[in-house]
Amino acid sequence: MSELRTTPLTAWHAAHGAKMAPFAGWEMPIQYEGILVEHQHTREHAGLFDICHMGEFLIEGPGADAALSRAVSHNLATLKAGRCRYGFILNEQGNVLDDCIVYRFGDDNFMIVVNAACAAGDFATLRARLPESVSLKDVSDDTAKIDLQGPESLDVLEALTGENFHGLPYFGFVKTTWNGASLLVSRTGYTGELGFELYIPAASALAFWEALLKDARVKPVGLGARDTLRLEAGLPLYGHELDDRHNPAEAGMGRMMTSEADYVGRAGAGEIRQVLLGLELEGRRAARNGDPVLAGGKEVGVVTSGSFAPSLGKVIAFAWVDKAAADGVNFTIKAARAELAATRAELPFYKDGTARKKLA
Amino acid sequence: MSNPADLLYADSHEWVKVEGDEAVVGITHFAQESLGDITYVELPAAGDTVSAGKEFGSVESVKAASDLVSPVNGEITAVNDTLENAPEQLNGKPYETWIIRVKLSSAPEGLMNAAAYEEHCKNEHH
Repeated sequence: MSELRTTPLTAWHAAHGAKMAPFAGWEMPIQYEGILVEHQHTREHAGLFDICHMGEFLIEGPGADAALSRAVSHNLATLKAGRCRYGFILNEQGNVLDDCIVYRFGDDNFMIVVNAACAAGDFATLRARLPESVSLKDVSDDTAKIDLQGPESLDVLEALTGENFHGLPYFGFVKTTWNGASLLVSRTGYTGELGFELYIPAASALAFWEALLKDARVKPVGLGARDTLRLEAGLPLYGHELDDRHNPAEAGMGRMMTSEADYVGRAGAGEIRQVLLGLELEGRRAARNGDPVLAGGKEVGVVTSGSFAPSLGKVIAFAWVDKAAADGVNFTIKAARAELAATRAELPFYKDGTARKKLA
Repeated sequence: MSNPADLLYADSHEWVKVEGDEAVVGITHFAQESLGDITYVELPAAGDTVSAGKEFGSVESVKAASDLVSPVNGEITAVNDTLENAPEQLNGKPYETWIIRVKLSSAPEGLMNAAAYEEHCKNEHH
């Protein structure tokens, strides 16, 4: 087997007592102090996440706007420079190859940020879909992605940089510098809280990480709490809630599919065969990925993610449920050690997140 | 955290405190640290029979689940039901938090002392 890949911060994590584990081919920190403490700290203060494993591609050249509009589902016609948007790379059938964020730098100048596990495939797919006149450059190795998330993240970032980011709307970004290094500050994230995804050259990653941690409001947070935070916020994880057997409409993303471009997969992107449901469970025992979902004694679906939700004090889960059973309210989950009663829940599970907070 | 010298240990990471013909059972520091934050404990009932090497319940953390394996033979005389709503006690004070009390039907066999158990844990760290 190939060696696990490391980020510019892997040595720091190991030296600071993180539990490390393989994730998407990378050696990543799962937790430092503990998932519950890190989760709660992010909800109340500010959590710092090493997300360097994710992929970043630059797309530019004459015709890039039109060509990218046909390659991904994002509506680029209404995406202004300085804004980014969530969407999908679909296959010909309209199912999801990856979910990703597209940043518009200029008329024909973009960055696309993709999942680590999908990055190589995404690059090949995009290269095949874009004409030769449009350049596609993988800058993942040179780009560190560090997420700062939590209600105090804005104050922390402004204190460190001496800049004012109150003008940034949700899904807005700005390019600046820190200690002479280029820094892209994006008001986005994966926790449901006010927060930023920060892109900086890999060579500056460690210094930037340590500078952010000097602020007493900031703690490092591992992928364990990242998962419980995103699950509570009702955000999908590729490979669990999104995959190449389901389309965006089935995942509850139909309303954001506003692009009028003739993008790959558009025709199939609306057909509903299964529906992604949020479920709340009775008791403290968790359902896990792969557990069958039953209704009326019949198997109607499968759990994609499930966990005790620290901010809610109960167990929540996502599940794919067959269309015919998806209007139901009560389900039974056949977990490894017991049958668990589940009730359909509104998303997001956690409704007090600060992500969309007005700042100005 | 060191493992108390007055306890016996099973290779499945439960501890046993023998008090006359009774034994108190819990999980070790190594077990709770490996699991991470514990969110659920499945408890047996008083009166249930337990057999050495057999499952008597389970523990779940945010990320994992694990069987509780009895280190002894006997009948359960008491269950620590405060774990139902406060399972995190197992993380905070593993050697002060008992799970079951058992009236022994035979003397415990095949358990380790603290020094042997520490060696056993080292071998599980790869």
